[in-house]
Amino acid sequence: MTLDTLRLTAEDAIDLVERGDASPAELHAAYRAAIGERDDELHCFLTHVEEADGARSIPIALKDIIGTKGVRTTAGSKILENYVPVYDSTVAQRCKDAGLSLLGKTNTDEFAMGSSTENSAYGPSRNPWDPTRVPGGSGGGSASAVSAGMAPWALGSDTGGSIKQPSSLCGNVGLRPTYGTVSRYGVVAFASSLDQVGPVTKTVRDNALLYRIISGRDECDSTTVDVPPVELPSAEDLRGVRVGIPRELNEAEGIEPGVSAAVQRALALAEELGAEIDTCDLPRSVEYGLACYYLIAPAEASSNLARYDGVRYGLRVDNGGDYYATTASTRDAGFGDEPKRRIMLGTYALSAGYYEAFYGQAQKVRTVIGREFSAAFERFDVLLSPTSPTVAFKLGERTENPLAMYLADVLTIPPNMAGLPGISIPCGLSAGLPVGLQIIGPQFAENTLFRVGHALERALDFDTVPERLR
Amino acid sequence: MAISREQVLHVAKLAELDLGEDELARLADQLNAILEAVGKVSELDLSDVPPTSHPLDVVNVLRADEPRPSLPLDDVFSNAPARDDDSFRVPPSA
Repeated sequence: MTLDTLRLTAEDAIDLVERGDASPAELHAAYRAAIGERDDELHCFLTHVEEADGARSIPIALKDIIGTKGVRTTAGSKILENYVPVYDSTVAQRCKDAGLSLLGKTNTDEFAMGSSTENSAYGPSRNPWDPTRVPGGSGGGSASAVSAGMAPWALGSDTGGSIKQPSSLCGNVGLRPTYGTVSRYGVVAFASSLDQVGPVTKTVRDNALLYRIISGRDECDSTTVDVPPVELPSAEDLRGVRVGIPRELNEAEGIEPGVSAAVQRALALAEELGAEIDTCDLPRSVEYGLACYYLIAPAEASSNLARYDGVRYGLRVDNGGDYYATTASTRDAGFGDEPKRRIMLGTYALSAGYYEAFYGQAQKVRTVIGREFSAAFERFDVLLSPTSPTVAFKLGERTENPLAMYLADVLTIPPNMAGLPGISIPCGLSAGLPVGLQIIGPQFAENTLFRVGHALERALDFDTVPERLR
Repeated sequence: MAISREQVLHVAKLAELDLGEDELARLADQLNAILEAVGKVSELDLSDVPPTSHPLDVVNVLRADEPRPSLPLDDVFSNAPARDDDSFRVPPSA
């Protein structure tokens, strides 16, 4: 049979295999063909995998920040260009245990630091809706691959918005789960109090299916906790759901009118489906969130990236000097501009004389953000806003201005600081490009996000296939 | 509060980055712009607010203290730039 990978959901693919209407080998061949047809242009994959045991079941693509035994894992960096993990990350293992097989490793901004994949040492990925535009980042490879039918689903990782924002820009569904629900064991670390792995899919139900596979406590990651059973959403109404519209997240400077209009239409639909909608305030979370993030995340990154010293693994640039000179020249040659900026910023924020004013103060702001969201969730089950203030921007548009790039995550960062789950679902087009709706819940409310996301997805009836590929 | 070239050099040394001259100059400019933006956190009086270091209330996660096999040495060294028997080989430190 002919498989249209642009339309096929993972749930459909599982059904086809279970009914015997398609073999895993046929599925893999169809995705390989799509990759062959489109990846030269979109550059979503850094490494392709031909599984020796043949295709076991449903294919998946993993962001190249996720360690895979025997398969090169670069984190988008030259410093890990030849790094081949000798063990599987817990999420990669859980995918294997569920019968999923790896199609390849997807492009990412170096060490997941960026909002466009333009910081990848291996060149940017492109947006399948318009290849002159970015797919978002850091997980732009995963998001673009799913939208372009090159993988039925994928995993990403989200520190400041690296799952939600690319899903918004590529028009698919991305979940950043509650902090502590998905193991980071074997995943390249960026900012450990923020990093979470999560699913990128075409539909909310696929997202719940994949979240069910990867989530749950892992003794190899002591930050993980027991997770409530994942419920596949089926209800198509929102009766009894209390929806909050945080003014600051919906009226922030820089939100494009076309983005606001698409979100407004989704809110009107939510009300038609029976949701009770009211506005609320997060006065300091949005105003101070970005500054708070750009102190805490670089501080943690400067510590996590200290491990790249050219001793145990990774690049070594031996300039004939002593150990310290070798380490410093290794790191200068191996890291690109963005990791260097963040290492420098984080080292400065943690250094003697500046620690209290920068890092210490940012940790207190983080408490304030958590309290504001907790207060909002006394009144509401979910909060809605745009995921990204803009639709996909042009390649090169923000690369010379780091602060402009950082603003891409201004709406995803505040809930991330509080460890909250958020899902982005496509809610319409603006100038022919997808707009994402961010649905934020209290900690461990993934089932609520799936329910709300599914009902809205049905009502919105958004076509996730990029117009130019239909 | 501008960060000086000397401070950038000092931070680069702490971070073990051997930055070139052009990189130093460019980074100093960019760091100044970023520091000005993130310095916004100091506008708030938060003397009575406790810091958050971790978003969940999880404390003292312990595992059973039972021995189990670790990775074979050949695996451990498979990504190492230089090996000397059962050690990582590095340049001299003095």
